[in-house]
Amino acid sequence: MNTLTLWFHKFGSPPTFHRVTGLLIPWLFAAALLIGLVGLYGGLVLAPADYQQSDAYRIIFIHVPCAWMGLFAYIFMAVNAFIALVWRIKISEILAMASAPVGAWFTAITLATGAIWGKPMWGTWWTWDARLTSELVLLFLFLGVIGLYNAIEDRRQAARAAAFLGLVGIVNVPIVHFSVSWWNTLHQGTTVRLLGPSRIDSSMLWPLLLLALATHIWFFASVFARARVSLLELEGGKEWAREIALATEPGHE
Amino acid sequence: MNEFLAMGGYGAYVWSSYAIFALALLIDYITPRLRNRRVIAELRGRMKRQQRRQEKSA
Repeated sequence: MNTLTLWFHKFGSPPTFHRVTGLLIPWLFAAALLIGLVGLYGGLVLAPADYQQSDAYRIIFIHVPCAWMGLFAYIFMAVNAFIALVWRIKISEILAMASAPVGAWFTAITLATGAIWGKPMWGTWWTWDARLTSELVLLFLFLGVIGLYNAIEDRRQAARAAAFLGLVGIVNVPIVHFSVSWWNTLHQGTTVRLLGPSRIDSSMLWPLLLLALATHIWFFASVFARARVSLLELEGGKEWAREIALATEPGHE
Repeated sequence: MNEFLAMGGYGAYVWSSYAIFALALLIDYITPRLRNRRVIAELRGRMKRQQRRQEKSA
């Protein structure tokens, strides 16, 4: 075996995963919080008001990073679902299922903050615009995966069925992304671009990028936190899980 | 300070958005912690029951 597969097998072994993520999670949450606070300060205090939207545009500093996160979470979930279905790797099953609720939260924030921005700027909370509709479908896909996972008794069978649903739903991801260029409806087009210059001033861009970084770190912290609980539950009969349960004093988890 | 809170007249919209963001992430942070507590309590309970059963049969 080469070094990468060796590393994968080692990190993928349940006790190692549980231990390593246990060490990582507090640092990840702390980093997300710190970077996020700097980004919020930049967005709410330092960045100037928009010439057209005044201060209402400041909602985008959370709306856009959360929207990116929803898509990222979905892709992360689908990749793990694929690995889980093809190679039946337990950690991938668990990571796929752990990313669904986190992705659902980020998508829900996106929809809620978008509606709150839309009321004063568009004059409506909601419209059946292509971007808005496909984003709502994204939320329903996350909820569908969570629902299916919880509906089946056997945890591993449940994970595989839900992983299949998640994998099929990946067709919605390019629809969300390209909806603003394929259909000319209400939602604005892409402003921040990876290729070519972004159409946003740097005083507004850096807080946005910091918040994007913070939410990505948050995502991994939260997914790991969920995954290690699921792993402990799934492996409850095994020696390493019993040792952890014994070593944990009630109230000191 | 008041001017900052007013957000050019959009204060209610801006701050309710940020409140939803903070609240959602707070719930997201707490949920796995509560579940971890429950899972560990269940594991300890199961181990205790097994131990008692073994003592009885011994």
